[in-house]
Amino acid sequence: MPKPEDFKLDHVTNLARINLSAEEKERFGAQLGDVLAYIALLNEVNVEGVEPTAHAFPVVNVWAEDVPEPGLSVEDALRNAPEKRDNMFVVPKVVE
Amino acid sequence: MPDALYNCTLADLSRRLAKGELSSLELMQSVIARTKAVEGRVRAFNSYDEQDALAQARASDERRAARKGAPSHPLEGIPIGIKDVISVAGQPLTASSRMLANFVSPYDATVTAKLKAAGALCWGRLNLDEFAMGSSTENSAFGVTSNPWDLERVPGGSSGGSAASVAAGEAVASLGSDTGGSIRQPAALCNLVGLKPSYGRVSRYGLIAFASSLDQIGPFARTVEDAATVLGAISGHDRRDSTSLKMEVPDYNRGIAELVRSGRKWKLGIPKEYFGEGLDPEVGAAVQAAIDAYRRMGCEVREVSLPHTKYAIAAYYIIATAECSSNLARFDGVRYGHRSKDAKDALDLYFKSRAEGFGPEVKRRIILGTYVLSSGYYDAYYLRAQKVRTLIRRDFLEAYKEVDAIVTPTSPTPAFKKGEKAANPLAMYLNDIYTIGVNLAGLPGISIPCGFTGGGLPIGLQVIGQPFKETELLAVASAYEQTTDWRNRHPSL
Amino acid sequence: MNYEAVIGLEVHVQLKTRSKMFTRAAAGYGLPENTLTDPVVLALPGTLPVMNKEALDKIIKAGLLLGCEIAPVCKWDRKNYFYPDSPKNYQISQYDQPLCKGGSVEIELPGPARNVMGEHKRIALTRIHLEEDVGKLNHGEGASLVDFNRAGTPLMEIVSEPVIHSADEAFAYLTALKTVMIYGGISDCDMEKGQLRCDANISIRPAGSTGLGTKVELKNLNSFSFVRDGIDHEVRRQKAVLESGGKIVQETRDYDGQAGTSQSLRSKEMAHDYRYFPDPDLMPVEVGEEWKAALQATCPEMPFDRQRRLQEQYSLPYTITSVLVPDRQLGDFFEEAARLCGKPQAAGNWITNDLLRELGASKTALADSKVRPQHVAGLVKLVEDGTILSNAAKEVFIEMFHSGEMPEAVVARKGLKAETNLDDLERWCAESIAGNPKSVADYKGGKESALNAFKGPVMRAAKGKADPKKVDEMLRKLLAR
Repeated sequence: MPKPEDFKLDHVTNLARINLSAEEKERFGAQLGDVLAYIALLNEVNVEGVEPTAHAFPVVNVWAEDVPEPGLSVEDALRNAPEKRDNMFVVPKVVE
Repeated sequence: MPDALYNCTLADLSRRLAKGELSSLELMQSVIARTKAVEGRVRAFNSYDEQDALAQARASDERRAARKGAPSHPLEGIPIGIKDVISVAGQPLTASSRMLANFVSPYDATVTAKLKAAGALCWGRLNLDEFAMGSSTENSAFGVTSNPWDLERVPGGSSGGSAASVAAGEAVASLGSDTGGSIRQPAALCNLVGLKPSYGRVSRYGLIAFASSLDQIGPFARTVEDAATVLGAISGHDRRDSTSLKMEVPDYNRGIAELVRSGRKWKLGIPKEYFGEGLDPEVGAAVQAAIDAYRRMGCEVREVSLPHTKYAIAAYYIIATAECSSNLARFDGVRYGHRSKDAKDALDLYFKSRAEGFGPEVKRRIILGTYVLSSGYYDAYYLRAQKVRTLIRRDFLEAYKEVDAIVTPTSPTPAFKKGEKAANPLAMYLNDIYTIGVNLAGLPGISIPCGFTGGGLPIGLQVIGQPFKETELLAVASAYEQTTDWRNRHPSL
Repeated sequence: MNYEAVIGLEVHVQLKTRSKMFTRAAAGYGLPENTLTDPVVLALPGTLPVMNKEALDKIIKAGLLLGCEIAPVCKWDRKNYFYPDSPKNYQISQYDQPLCKGGSVEIELPGPARNVMGEHKRIALTRIHLEEDVGKLNHGEGASLVDFNRAGTPLMEIVSEPVIHSADEAFAYLTALKTVMIYGGISDCDMEKGQLRCDANISIRPAGSTGLGTKVELKNLNSFSFVRDGIDHEVRRQKAVLESGGKIVQETRDYDGQAGTSQSLRSKEMAHDYRYFPDPDLMPVEVGEEWKAALQATCPEMPFDRQRRLQEQYSLPYTITSVLVPDRQLGDFFEEAARLCGKPQAAGNWITNDLLRELGASKTALADSKVRPQHVAGLVKLVEDGTILSNAAKEVFIEMFHSGEMPEAVVARKGLKAETNLDDLERWCAESIAGNPKSVADYKGGKESALNAFKGPVMRAAKGKADPKKVDEMLRKLLAR
């Protein structure tokens, strides 16, 4: 199992797209450190030959026929939009 | 003295409505009046729409009249509170989060549609721990709900509002959601019946996803019979939920009655791992008394072992956080939800909107979940946790070769004081020890009242059932319930 | 130093379904913004995905057509990354269990001349999997506008092995792939409508060596020509870098088709960590023998198999087969006409020349053409048995195209029957010869082309209805006397 120092908070919050204040970084860093230390308990378990649980019950081929159904009107689609223009969602410029 | 309307059981109210002794409008008015009288102290609701509720009630009375005496569904005209994480068209859907403070949903969850089809009144938006993450409702961004039994204490979580509202008479029954115990634990802390169905029994379409492989919607009610009625209305295969099972929905109450008539003596298992350290002595005593009651009924009670119990919390906090880190990625301020005012570009928009919109517990879980899925760590954490999960499920299925159902305490302690556990997330997580394995194994579980502490705090008994055998589970629960009077006690508000 | 290019292509093909991949909102193109959404498409809180069966049918069929191994079981994975065009900020895709593995695409390279068939090769595939498409970002000033109509459309990702060695091969690969998809009814692969997108992974190595050089990903290749040009450009760029002593940086570059240049988008070093994990909301897919067999039964003859068969069975030249093969309906049309009249070359000529010309000029689709195989077959027969002459036949064709009348009806209505009276023909020829002694002298003096001088007056006298062959024969006979 990974070591406690493997957890790099800045890298992970970058992946998760969440800014943390300096205070949060310190507090969460400590709290998550405790949780990760606790989770290390799983290392004790012998999981050799054990299949991971994919789903609670084994069912396959759950699908629907290709028949279109009415969706949302443009108004409803945009109703909760923080910013909209010309029937589209506005976001600040995407910088590549 | 007759029970106030707001304290009556669903079954009783249903009968009165059917007989014409009561109108849905009168019932709804009574519930609204009660809500206004106690909400200042309980704060179970994030919001409620009084005019809409009364309109629904009037419509129900009209429907009943149009049937001209032909029977209505038992839920016709009954106000059911809805956890603010289950979608109702035209109503706010906030998950008790700043991220969704102004979000109004355009669609009905499948359970909402089913309730409406049965004629039930969808009443209010009930408070919860933000995004269903927590065990006390203290993680709500909008305010803490108080336990009607002791306003200084928490009602449990995450479905704290769903529990408090029914306990306080602000709803006849309610819907909550349970991912690691979020229905059963608040039910135990509030002297209610709370049921988590087998995974796949009830559609998740319209439930804001926390952990997709663990979440289920279920009822809070005053009696097992009431819970069974609501369960029957909301269960069933849903073509919009690929994880919902194609299986007939029986008439649960009829099934319970048949099992009772059959005089079946249940074989009950008591897992030895559930009665160790950390269990409050008064809770332990009440649960033992309940187990004795089962013995007196003629049930066979034996010890079973669920050896992987101690790993359940660790496995849960890997799997649930991994899934939620992905499920909550959609909350970014682009199409809906909170958008930061200061974002300088799209990337910045994500970082700031999510920082501002999410509370600390949500952030912690997203971070943890992101980490356990990240490159190089998937095998060590997520994959391993899913394997341990298989072992946990196997433990239960092994036990079920010998027993029909498993009986445990629901929560290791009764309701704790507000603020008592808030500072230590890990301590809060360890509360879930009795309920969490049930979600990991996909089994049905119910909490029923089994007594009070010396200080007057409710204690809950959990019964865990076999996959998709809700009728048997309810029958076992009912058997004990009928020997007690706990359900007739109400908080003095 | 001689370098060879090593290219792998990643092609995304939009499947032709009526609803989206994981929800039943209608799929479509060119519609007003945000009119093809539903709560699932917009990833509203609480929504869940449900697979589209037709999309599965189509990818399995594509796999069968391309000779892939179809996975007996496969699952769905979440590919987690944030982008404004991706509503859930994860894409449902297939990571380690793609539906199809292996397979190959037969391609045809350009020949030495336009009417000569080029070399055929097989380009091996790595895998094909299904995923969902994202929305469209429209970049404005200071802001971007997002349209989610396209979001959630089923997308097939086809990954080739890095075994393409030239821009021409890449072009041929795309053309061949598109034809197969159209034959199978899987996609229309119209790049202008975003139904086919292509990214190229390009590296170079010393000719004859087997290792792989550092690869560069080239994006924004918006047409088959741009794919070809972009690859050419990149290969030259990489050669120039190496020849000047530099090193190729692993990166993604954006190709500008108009300018013929590319620029670096981002270093591939900062690769996304997609945190793939199995999607808990979706159940696995099991493809049994019965399902495969049912789809196999609907598989058409492959385009190049048809080309070979048309050449063999009907003795058709490449100039005709190369036109009939890319359009499956056109090929079907031809085979029906050939069956009806028994003269495949003649039918082929009418179809690939006159029919296509008229369809193009009137912007009519083949399916809407009033001319059907029986019209062509009828016309061929009328010319064969001499009822009409070939120049009259051209007129008949155009009439048929506009009116839909059978050729006999047009001939009757317009009185286009060929003149076959040999006495008249002899008289006209004699008159023409008599009227042009100079040309007689030229012809008798050995100038073959002088014969043409007599033909004009004969045709005028015959009002165009003389068979040029017979006119020629008659003139030679008379002049030989």
